[in-house]
Amino acid sequence: MKKALLLILAIAMVFMFGVSCSKKAATTTAAAPAASTSAPAASATTTTQTKEAEVITIAFIGNTTGDYAMYGVPVRNSVAMFFEQLNAAGGINGKQVKLLEYDDKADGTESINAYNLAKANGATAIIGSVLSGASIALSDVTYDDNMPQISASATNPKLTVMDPDDPKSEVKTNVFRTCFLDPFQGEKMAQYAAQVYGAKTIAIFYENGSDYSEAIVQGVESQLEACGLKVVAKEAFATGDVDYKAQMTNVAAANPDVVLMPIYYGEAGRAITALRAAGCNAKIIGGDGFGSVVNYASAADLEGTIYMSGYAPGTPSVAKFESDYKAKFNEDVPNMFAPLAWDAALVMTEGLKAAEAKGLKAGSAEYKQAVIDAIKNLQAFEGITGSYTFNATNDPIKSVAIIKIAGGAEVFDAFF
Amino acid sequence: MSFSLLIAQLINGLQTGSVYALVALGYSMVYGIIKLLNFAHGDIIMVGAYMTYYAIASFALPPAVAVVLDIAASTLLGVFVEKVAYTPLRSAPRLSLLITAIGVSFLLENGAQLVFGAGQKSMDPMITGSFMMGRVNVSYTAIVTIVVSVARMVLLTFVVNKTKAGKAMRAVSEDMGAAQLMGISLNRTISMTFAIGSALAGVGSVLYMCAYTQASPTMGSMLGIKAFVAAVLGGIGSIPGAMIGGFTIGILEALVAAVGLSMWKDAAVFLVLIVVLLFKPTGFMGKKLQEKV
Repeated sequence: MKKALLLILAIAMVFMFGVSCSKKAATTTAAAPAASTSAPAASATTTTQTKEAEVITIAFIGNTTGDYAMYGVPVRNSVAMFFEQLNAAGGINGKQVKLLEYDDKADGTESINAYNLAKANGATAIIGSVLSGASIALSDVTYDDNMPQISASATNPKLTVMDPDDPKSEVKTNVFRTCFLDPFQGEKMAQYAAQVYGAKTIAIFYENGSDYSEAIVQGVESQLEACGLKVVAKEAFATGDVDYKAQMTNVAAANPDVVLMPIYYGEAGRAITALRAAGCNAKIIGGDGFGSVVNYASAADLEGTIYMSGYAPGTPSVAKFESDYKAKFNEDVPNMFAPLAWDAALVMTEGLKAAEAKGLKAGSAEYKQAVIDAIKNLQAFEGITGSYTFNATNDPIKSVAIIKIAGGAEVFDAFF
Repeated sequence: MSFSLLIAQLINGLQTGSVYALVALGYSMVYGIIKLLNFAHGDIIMVGAYMTYYAIASFALPPAVAVVLDIAASTLLGVFVEKVAYTPLRSAPRLSLLITAIGVSFLLENGAQLVFGAGQKSMDPMITGSFMMGRVNVSYTAIVTIVVSVARMVLLTFVVNKTKAGKAMRAVSEDMGAAQLMGISLNRTISMTFAIGSALAGVGSVLYMCAYTQASPTMGSMLGIKAFVAAVLGGIGSIPGAMIGGFTIGILEALVAAVGLSMWKDAAVFLVLIVVLLFKPTGFMGKKLQEKV
């Protein structure tokens, strides 16, 4: 018996070792191109023959290692690619842009350390950070220095406002973002239901206790009156719950025109299956968490479902970016943060151009203020994911991309 | 709430309850025979669900073959776990066995993440369509689930009460030492119990995939806990008790959601567990505890 047991354990060990080894091998090969591009990290990534005074130094701060690196790496890649192309095309005002890169491991303290280093190395603007937590920590210190900062991916309202619950709260005037906020998405969902579908009654199905889901619901509810919508059913599930039959029976009984589902793809697939099984044929609108939902419910049940997205893959404005990204990093654009990061770099460059045009000295207080003012004053500035105008709290007012599911595929439908 | 809505919710509850009941039967049987709360039971369902997924979605096998494969895999895994993890601890304190069961549960969950990946796997529903019963929309999945689980309970009651193997199981459950002295093979009987319990888990996993169409590495933990509550509620160790407990929990959940308190579903289930443990620790059908003097 003991011998048999030992044998089994030995086999199990060999097997597990094998698995972990093959996994490691896979990750190293995948990381190889990224590693080579980040080799000169925290030092100049552009070789410039020009004198020190004629270089504009900016810094990227973001998590390019650790648990959430799948968000940070595409952002870093896009930003690096943007400035490489910009420099190749002559830079800004004849000056090359020197991009410093720092890894903050998605940790607020690390991003503040990185910021201090960037400042010591002469950075005059910051792109980053990636996750909300680190970005907020970073924005608190950049605000003290009035350092221009833009994030491509931090969706938390606290990035640009000291206290989002207080309508009179101080705004961090130097901080911008190119992604939309969660409540903003909810407002768009309600407006789409009313204006495009002509809905009068809606049902909401959300995840109880999820910041993402609840923030979108908040946005939806803020628009009810303006859109003339009535919520006939509001159902929720607890995180980890799989059985939505009872909730969907209630939704079906309320017979809404449209069902709004601000939840993630896996749950969305189950929820839609359960909704259709309960005999409800209402239209379904999801949030950006719906990405790749086609893998989680049948094509028949999903037909006609739409969701809001920050980016419309395959559209003309992003086509060049997508092919460049694929050529340079040897993979498809992994998520919407990559094109949003390109836009962040584009918006920041627009600010730098304005400051350069005034002939100010890079790094000076007037220069930073000029960058911030220029970004703040942008009107419907065209990026690759949409156009940018910043509101009173420095959040972009931009159109969302509507993705429609037709014949089991997610296809771009229209901007809204 | 209108009458037809109430009926629809009761059917939802019966369907969910059927899955709980099948899992609860496995808990009850194992507890009845070696006084072990086999916390790995829910995870055996998880492995079964993945089997169903791979058989149907990846290898495009007919559903009947998938069901057989699923049940076979669950049964083998259940017996394997018993032989490797529980048999060596048969004379160890009860607590060691319980902790081992929790360990096996973690091993299976994390092993599944390694092998199958951490995301959910989704397949097309095996049974589609529904019919109108008066003004109530009833899916065929619900009917199949309820019928299969009631049939399994009847079959199991027959096996335990009328066959020789069943008699051996009851004898071992009553007094292990005496049963052994009467010439009953302990190892065989216990393995048999695990095999039957795990086969039921296999059936449960097929029904689960019919209803929810998604398999994920952690799906077994909450399902297992709910089924455990069902088993305790019905009286752990009792076969009809597990069934009644399962249906009660399922209907309770549906009704709580029906009145608009869907966030409180789990809370209601665990509240019931607390109340039952306080006032009737042996459950609806449980045997009375007799203190040995």
